[in-house]
Amino acid sequence: MSNLVNVYFFGKKYQVPESLTIMEAMEYAGYQLVRGCGCRNGFCGACATIYRIAGDRTLRACLACSTKVEDNMYVATLPFFPLVKAVYDIEKVKPTEQIMMQLYPEIYSCIGCNACTNACTQGLNVMQYIAYAQRGEYEKCAEESFDCVMCGVCSTRCPAEISHPQVAMLARRLNGKYLAPHCDHLDERIEEINSGKYELLLEDLMGKPISEMQELYNNRDIEK
Amino acid sequence: MYTDPIMQESIKLVEAAREANIRLDPRRMTAEEKDVLLKTYHPDYRVEQFEELKIGPNKGGKVPIELAKLLQGNPRITAAQVDLSKPDYDVDVLVIGGGGAGSSAAIEAHENGANVMIVTKLRIGDANTMMAEGGIQAADKPNDSPAQHYLDAFGGGHFAAQKDLLYKLVTDAPDAIRWLSELGVEFDKAPDGTMITTHGGGTSRKRMHAAKDYSGAEIMRTLRDEVLNRNIPVVDFTSVIELIKDDKGCCAGAVLMNMETKELLVAKAKTVVLATGGAGRLHYQGFPTSNHYGATADGLVLAYRAGARLLYPETLQYHPTGAAFPAQIYGALVTEKVRSLGAMLINAKGEAFMNPLETRDVSAASIIRECSDRGNGIPTPEGFGVWLDTPMIELKHGEGTIEARIPAMMRMFGKHGIDIRKEPILIYPTLHYQNGGVKITDNGQTDIENLFAAGEVVGGIHGRNRLMGNSLLDIIVFGRNAGQQASQKAKEVSVGTLTLSHLDAFKQELKDGGIDTDVASPKLLPDYARRNNTI
Repeated sequence: MSNLVNVYFFGKKYQVPESLTIMEAMEYAGYQLVRGCGCRNGFCGACATIYRIAGDRTLRACLACSTKVEDNMYVATLPFFPLVKAVYDIEKVKPTEQIMMQLYPEIYSCIGCNACTNACTQGLNVMQYIAYAQRGEYEKCAEESFDCVMCGVCSTRCPAEISHPQVAMLARRLNGKYLAPHCDHLDERIEEINSGKYELLLEDLMGKPISEMQELYNNRDIEK
Repeated sequence: MYTDPIMQESIKLVEAAREANIRLDPRRMTAEEKDVLLKTYHPDYRVEQFEELKIGPNKGGKVPIELAKLLQGNPRITAAQVDLSKPDYDVDVLVIGGGGAGSSAAIEAHENGANVMIVTKLRIGDANTMMAEGGIQAADKPNDSPAQHYLDAFGGGHFAAQKDLLYKLVTDAPDAIRWLSELGVEFDKAPDGTMITTHGGGTSRKRMHAAKDYSGAEIMRTLRDEVLNRNIPVVDFTSVIELIKDDKGCCAGAVLMNMETKELLVAKAKTVVLATGGAGRLHYQGFPTSNHYGATADGLVLAYRAGARLLYPETLQYHPTGAAFPAQIYGALVTEKVRSLGAMLINAKGEAFMNPLETRDVSAASIIRECSDRGNGIPTPEGFGVWLDTPMIELKHGEGTIEARIPAMMRMFGKHGIDIRKEPILIYPTLHYQNGGVKITDNGQTDIENLFAAGEVVGGIHGRNRLMGNSLLDIIVFGRNAGQQASQKAKEVSVGTLTLSHLDAFKQELKDGGIDTDVASPKLLPDYARRNNTI
């Protein structure tokens, strides 16, 4: 057993092994989690958590699944935060500056405090991607925000009441659908499939006995 | 940061051999070698870990011990506890599960004009889809074809795939990619729009499409956004604990339970889509898992109890590269894309002991052999591991490749002080995927009329082993299909009187089978809470 540290969940003290993540420490303390627990591996954003270490005034944020406990850590989980999600029709919106003004006008109230960036559990430059969104530079906004897990901690800290993850979500969809270069070989292949080009080939394969399929599979040529 | 002296010594050997190893292209194993390796080392072949089912449609068949307990477990309710006469929800299509398959099904059902609702025990997007990193297959390059894709998948699955399902998977694949693109999913592309594609284990053509190493997350968050844009109701933190049938024996809804308040609710539906996902959190054979918190085989239990057959429920996929160190990420997925980009598997002595792009079952068995009988593993707090030599990637493709192509991996290890650009990482197989599941026809329907299924809960599409990138593909292809078919069918269904009589029949079967159990199922969530003198 590794050394024990003192951790305070919602103000209440528990002693837990120092090797555990915050999520594991809650379970060690006896919590059966329903909220605030998803992929347990840093991809889903379910376990947004804020904490302070006694003696340090800085309020920190993290994902409980991928952050180790520390001695004298005061922890509060944020299993839900009411972000604003604008509803839109992806077929009808266009990647213009106006669409952000229309759907997320509050982004223009950003005061440049950088609290969002400081709070990001993924270490992203959140304020920068909001700046790109303000200017309608959706490709840059998409790239800068790509690793966002939508945990929402940035928005809890924002004096302008911006729902940053949702702004970035819109930017990425606009970029993926309208701005990214079109893939021609995909259209061509779908056209070929629809015209029945591969039917005979596939029927032939599906009709072959296993021994012949094994022969084909074991001797197939593998692209370098 | 590796502070353990044994690890440090071994890293020196890995570094010393790196220049030589990088020039190697270890030969692929022959069919016979693979056969012997699998039978000796793959967890699916440990007979003592499986149990014969005593009741139900698969009676006499074998499944993992942990699954047998749940399939033959007690329902959480009796028929008498639920008032079916006043449903809380009444919809055309009820989708159970808020992952990639369920969301795709809901979108297509909505597109087809159905009144559709999603019920999910956690949040929409809390699903294995969100955690899929490496990519999605589709044969859309000139040197490739759906037939080539079929051959790779059929062979990789040990020639056991259900042919009509596999045909659908490969022929609908390019359209699935286009559908996602048109929803705004950002695939990695060259400036001229050509998809950037790589190999996965067992592929003969480079057909792995990706969105960096957040492929599943990018797909899932886009699908979720689309579900919300369409105002499709999502009843979250609510599990399904039983399916409801009507007096004609058709599936006609589900009994729901609020995960927080435990309130029971009734959802009536003309058709139901089961999209509950996998089973990694059952930790078969004590393995760690790469799966999300809710992966507890609920769909298998619900469908089995209602009379649906399972196909290949005894075949599981152990992803060869789960994180073996540090302990905080034990079992977490290290995407196959790391190997696609050129990192090789290296043992404690610095030897490249296998071709890194064998199929997953073969790779996992080979790593287990290296760490057991061959004694070439590196000791870790949880057991053993071998190296995945990530610095090779930038030696092959140049500096900056890791940050650009696998940023999530860099971040995951970086949080624990390991810079994967400079240091190799320790890996060991982790429970990753349920190859088998509920049997369906190519219109997505199970043995039970009006009960459709899609995603990881389905069995047969991949045979006995799945290739990388064919699961993200199957959840889209078969999720869409289930949504289209279920909503079409709903147009002609008139639901009879609702009943839970199959529960009584099931209980009788348990009794007749001599099964006296205190296990309640479906399991819903794993139990990780430490019980310290609790009441």
